[in-house]
Amino acid sequence: MADARLAASRPLSPHLQVFRFILTMAMSIVHRITGGFLYVGTVFVAVWLVAAASGPEWFAQVDGVYQSWIGRLILLGLVWSLIHHAIGGIRHFIWDLGYGFDPKTADRLALFNLVAGVVLTGVVAIAAFIFA
Amino acid sequence: MSKSFRFQTSLKHARGFGSGKSGTTHFWQQRVTGVAALLLSLVYVVLLVKLQGDDYAAVMATLGNPFVAVLMLAFLGVSVWHMKIGMQVIIEDYVNQPLLRVLTLMANSFFSALVGIASAVALIKITFGA
Repeated sequence: MADARLAASRPLSPHLQVFRFILTMAMSIVHRITGGFLYVGTVFVAVWLVAAASGPEWFAQVDGVYQSWIGRLILLGLVWSLIHHAIGGIRHFIWDLGYGFDPKTADRLALFNLVAGVVLTGVVAIAAFIFA
Repeated sequence: MSKSFRFQTSLKHARGFGSGKSGTTHFWQQRVTGVAALLLSLVYVVLLVKLQGDDYAAVMATLGNPFVAVLMLAFLGVSVWHMKIGMQVIIEDYVNQPLLRVLTLMANSFFSALVGIASAVALIKITFGA
């Protein structure tokens, strides 16, 4: 028979607080968080496209918000999220193919992801600045 | 007991129940949309950089180019599906209260569909108008 009290007293699987902090674990969390940022960030893309389709006045309004310093900061954060998440995705594909599971390689991949994400975001930001 | 009986697994009992309905469908779709989004995001980032400093007419001309519109539609399409099933995993992991879980899963579908449709309508209007 099903016993509600028994179900309630079942041990839960351990979560974040019981694990020692390691790089790959932190990177797994960051992968999820950047995915979450991008999820919300699609609103910025959709609003921008709809404004462009609605005419020059709407476009100017939205462009004005996006060109403000807070707008630029959010967009830069989203560009970083996209690049970081994309490299994180490549890392997952490497694992999917069965490579890179030993701790040393996994740590190296995580570090590469972190550094390459920031560097490439810088490259995109500089390129955007030159074009503007 | 016939010999062939040994080759039967309990798979037939799982078919049609729980995750037996779709199995690894979402896992695989996450990979396929991931690969597509990875390639298409390169186009998207280059486009974003190129559009910097452009005025309204130039932006419309670029987005109205059928090649750009097709790649942008593809990028937004796979991205929306990728994020929809990705957020579903997050909700299934963290939202345990049954009613709240159903409502957030539904909200996830609505949000993703709305973002996708809005972007698609805008892009199609721009490219057909150009």
